[in-house]
Amino acid sequence: MPALPLEEAGKYVAGAYLVFVVLVVVYVAIIGAKVARLERELKTLGDLMEKRAP
Amino acid sequence: MTSALFGRGLSALSIATVCAIAAAFALVFFYAPLDADQGFIQKIFYVHVPMAIVALGGFMAAGVMAILHLRRRDRSWDMRSYVAIHLSIILGVGVLVTGAIWAKASWGHWWVWDEPTLVSFLIVFLLYCTYQPLRFSIEDPERQARYASVFAIVAGAFVPLNFIAVRLAEAYTHPRVLSQTGGNLPGEMRLTFLVALGAMTLLFVTLWKLELTSKHAAEQLRKLRVRLELGADERPAQSGSGYRAPAAAARSASS
Repeated sequence: MPALPLEEAGKYVAGAYLVFVVLVVVYVAIIGAKVARLERELKTLGDLMEKRAP
Repeated sequence: MTSALFGRGLSALSIATVCAIAAAFALVFFYAPLDADQGFIQKIFYVHVPMAIVALGGFMAAGVMAILHLRRRDRSWDMRSYVAIHLSIILGVGVLVTGAIWAKASWGHWWVWDEPTLVSFLIVFLLYCTYQPLRFSIEDPERQARYASVFAIVAGAFVPLNFIAVRLAEAYTHPRVLSQTGGNLPGEMRLTFLVALGAMTLLFVTLWKLELTSKHAAEQLRKLRVRLELGADERPAQSGSGYRAPAAAARSASS
């Protein structure tokens, strides 16, 4: 097949790089959400320990 | 604390990864020349091929970590292997999607079934997609880790064998990038490709460490919660009759 013109090839190239960026961003967002949940749990445990302290 | 060990150097690694990816993107779009045959569409090569190499490398690294788990009987190596496979599967999704986009632009088809490289990668990807269902179908954590390690070793050995078999098949449709004769990339393209490959490797290591740190912290937190809840249950028994539960007694003795 002959090389695609720049306007048409640009859409494919942008699509491919967008797939990569979206994968990384979604992955980091999921890990970030997990870390935020861990922080909340840690705070709950901290509160629990304060209540139990004499 | 061990979780700090997993997270050690993560900030520096993250900064290095962002810089490397920015450098790779700059080289791809402002330095590497246009391909004489494919034109601008060949730019997909710089994200597709490094992702494929790092994904396959991740699968093999997971096999090595699984060997270390079985040899040392250290569960942390199983966790490392699990996270490496998990990340490689995600990169594998990226490889298949970017490959399909490139194939559509270059060949006019999203997928070509008679191209050995594509089909063999799909087989490897589908093989590893069975890893998580297999792993989580086993309830006993020890057995789960052991069986998962055996899977990771066997599948990890299959990856290079599969790669060699495809090379021996001598298909010419899919371009060869790295070969014993040095491949067919001119200097600027080769440099750009190597930087992109380095950036992708750094990204893999950074995300691997990030997920390991998160998982390890979650595990530590779970243990802490169990200890606290156990302590709360045991307290009335201590104050009431002078009896101390063995776990609580052991803890106070060790502290």
